[in-house]
Amino acid sequence: MAMQSMTLSRPPVARSRTDGLYEWVTTVDHKRIGVMYVLLALGFLVIGGLEAAAMRLQLIRPHADYVSPRVFNQIMTMHGTTMIFFVAMPLLFGFINYLVPLMIGARDMAFPRLNAFSFWLTAFGGLLLYYSVIGGYGLYGDGNAPEVGWWAYAPLTARAFSRGHSSDYWTLSLLVSGFGTILTSINIIASVLCTRCRGMTLGKMPLFAWMSATMAVLAILAIAPLTAAQMMLMVDRYLGGHFFDTQAGGSAVLWMHFFWIFGHPEVYVLIVPTFAFVSEIIPVFSRKAMFGYPIMVAATVTIAFISLSVWAHHMFTVGMSASSTTFFMITTMAISVPTGIKIFNWLATMWGGKISFKAPMLFCIGFLLQFLVAGLTGVMLATAPLTWQLGNSYFVVAHFHYVILGGIFFGTFGGFYYWYPKVVGRMYSGTLARWHFWLFVIGFHLTFDFMHIPGFLGMPRRIYTYEPGRGWDVWNFIVAIGAAVQIVATAVFILNVLWSARRGPLAGNDPWDAWTLEWSTTSPPPAYNFATLPTVKSRRPLWDLKHPEDPDWKYE
Amino acid sequence: MTRTGSASEKESTVETMPRTTDDAPWTLPSAGKVGMFALIGAESAIFVIFITAYTFYLGKSVSGPTPEILSPPIFLSACLLSSSATLEASIGNLKRGNTRAFAILWLATLALGAIFLVGTGFEWRHLIVDEGLTISTNLFGTTYYSLVGLHGFHVTVGLLLMALVAVFAGLGKVTRDHESKLEVLSLYWHFVDIVWVVVFTLVYVVGR
Repeated sequence: MAMQSMTLSRPPVARSRTDGLYEWVTTVDHKRIGVMYVLLALGFLVIGGLEAAAMRLQLIRPHADYVSPRVFNQIMTMHGTTMIFFVAMPLLFGFINYLVPLMIGARDMAFPRLNAFSFWLTAFGGLLLYYSVIGGYGLYGDGNAPEVGWWAYAPLTARAFSRGHSSDYWTLSLLVSGFGTILTSINIIASVLCTRCRGMTLGKMPLFAWMSATMAVLAILAIAPLTAAQMMLMVDRYLGGHFFDTQAGGSAVLWMHFFWIFGHPEVYVLIVPTFAFVSEIIPVFSRKAMFGYPIMVAATVTIAFISLSVWAHHMFTVGMSASSTTFFMITTMAISVPTGIKIFNWLATMWGGKISFKAPMLFCIGFLLQFLVAGLTGVMLATAPLTWQLGNSYFVVAHFHYVILGGIFFGTFGGFYYWYPKVVGRMYSGTLARWHFWLFVIGFHLTFDFMHIPGFLGMPRRIYTYEPGRGWDVWNFIVAIGAAVQIVATAVFILNVLWSARRGPLAGNDPWDAWTLEWSTTSPPPAYNFATLPTVKSRRPLWDLKHPEDPDWKYE
Repeated sequence: MTRTGSASEKESTVETMPRTTDDAPWTLPSAGKVGMFALIGAESAIFVIFITAYTFYLGKSVSGPTPEILSPPIFLSACLLSSSATLEASIGNLKRGNTRAFAILWLATLALGAIFLVGTGFEWRHLIVDEGLTISTNLFGTTYYSLVGLHGFHVTVGLLLMALVAVFAGLGKVTRDHESKLEVLSLYWHFVDIVWVVVFTLVYVVGR
């Protein structure tokens, strides 16, 4: 189809590159806020990645002493906190912020100023976390990072065991960014429900919007308990409270419950937007409409619902009653049913399609395979007796990195390449993208496939070094090599992002011949998104437009 | 779906997205209300965690005063709950254009909320000075002051917001157009009242 004749809005408005810092800092435009979220996340990705590299270097051989035990604990804490709260969350919120209004044919989010406020809360939360390095003991410029682990189990966080203020910066950081997350989730829900363009009923929304809204509901229900628990921790540390003070009858296990009632839904907060990316990319690159749209929506909502009742599978080893253990085993296994439905729906979408193996699709295929493996080790760990054996070992570390890196990050990289031309207006380099993909696949599998093995051999997680001669040495060496390959792959990715933003060929409005509304406007879209607000009749409005002889709305 | 027809297809050109056939009204829920309900969802989750902690720690204090020292603040609770009614009546009057009745009932709401807050202050003073119960005394003190204090904080925020509206009303700036915004605020206030029903039942009835 000749796309030029189908331009749906005015030619690109001169969006000058000279817009200064002031315009960016004061913006309430959902697209700029989205871009700032992503840039914030990429900045923290580099920091969190270097922290991971430092840990793998320390563990590359037995009895290494590149970092002290204490510093190792700090790096471990910062790596976990950074990657979850300041890389994964802002990255996904960035995508959702940028894309949801465009996909539902709106000019902005429901509450643009609240949107900017949420972003700055998240950004300052990240700064607070790292400020602890300078301000941990007051204003002497001599601080230390929090060293209580990202889960901050009691009584590690009691004043007696965590001196100074580093744990307080951790708490404040999560409180502040948590408010940002809750507010932006409220905004996403209100936007999806209240700003859809004419004709876009709930049943005609792109799956992306459905999944973003589901994620927002889940984020509210997950982050709010964490916020409450952090408030209690503040009461304990500053007002002499006893919530988690075992000396005064308080319970350390209650903190674990509160933390994981946040912690497990959080996994789904991160993976559901990834499902959203994959659900948009796979149909376009298979040249088929999404298979089983209503079932996909139902499965997403079911996953969100069940994920609120699985948290204590993180606690099989603390000695819960048999009935609790059984309950959480059953719910955890039940969640694999809707997840399996999704995987089959994606496969059915690809089945018989004309698949084009461009970078977004490559990453989605990587996502499918790796997420499947992550799910399978997840079912293993859902079995309490197996967790009694493998809990707190490197097997668990390998499992959840398979989910987060192999699943969430692969899907997100796919989304990154898919929407890059829309956001930047220029195509990325396909060659560099393929290098990124294959290097990352190799590095990922070197690291995390082999990381399962020391877990089976009994290597506990969170240790700063180990004895030689336990059969762990060679596996840790391979894992470290894989980490190095991943660093190279990420460098290729960043190079591609920076280079293509200046030198890439112009992308045009719709480089993928796609079907959702964001491709109907210019790349990058003007501040107002659409000159005339669109009206839709089916789930694939651009298909209807390109194929007036055979529109979707005849069949839906 | 059923939105088909020929009239629209003639209209749809390459320049515009296809139109729906009818100019059927396209109504969506109010963003303010949806946003407030979402916020209430988040607040509920926060309160659930504090309520869980209070319930879990009932009777687990190893020393110090127990919940038996509490006496139910029945008058204060009546004030707080009736403030929901005055608030509704106030907004109803604004809808009908009775700005004077609106302002009087609004101030009554504000006053009832303030009585609750001041009364809680006196109750706490009694607990601290006469009974020797502070937030750091024992688990009961920690959980009691946190839960009731969290609710009190929400009352305070509500009062500040309503005071702001009262200032605008005093300047004659609140008109019928603002009714939907005040309704969003009223959702918050009703939520704060409902939370008090739960907290009162748990702390002063069941847990004592």
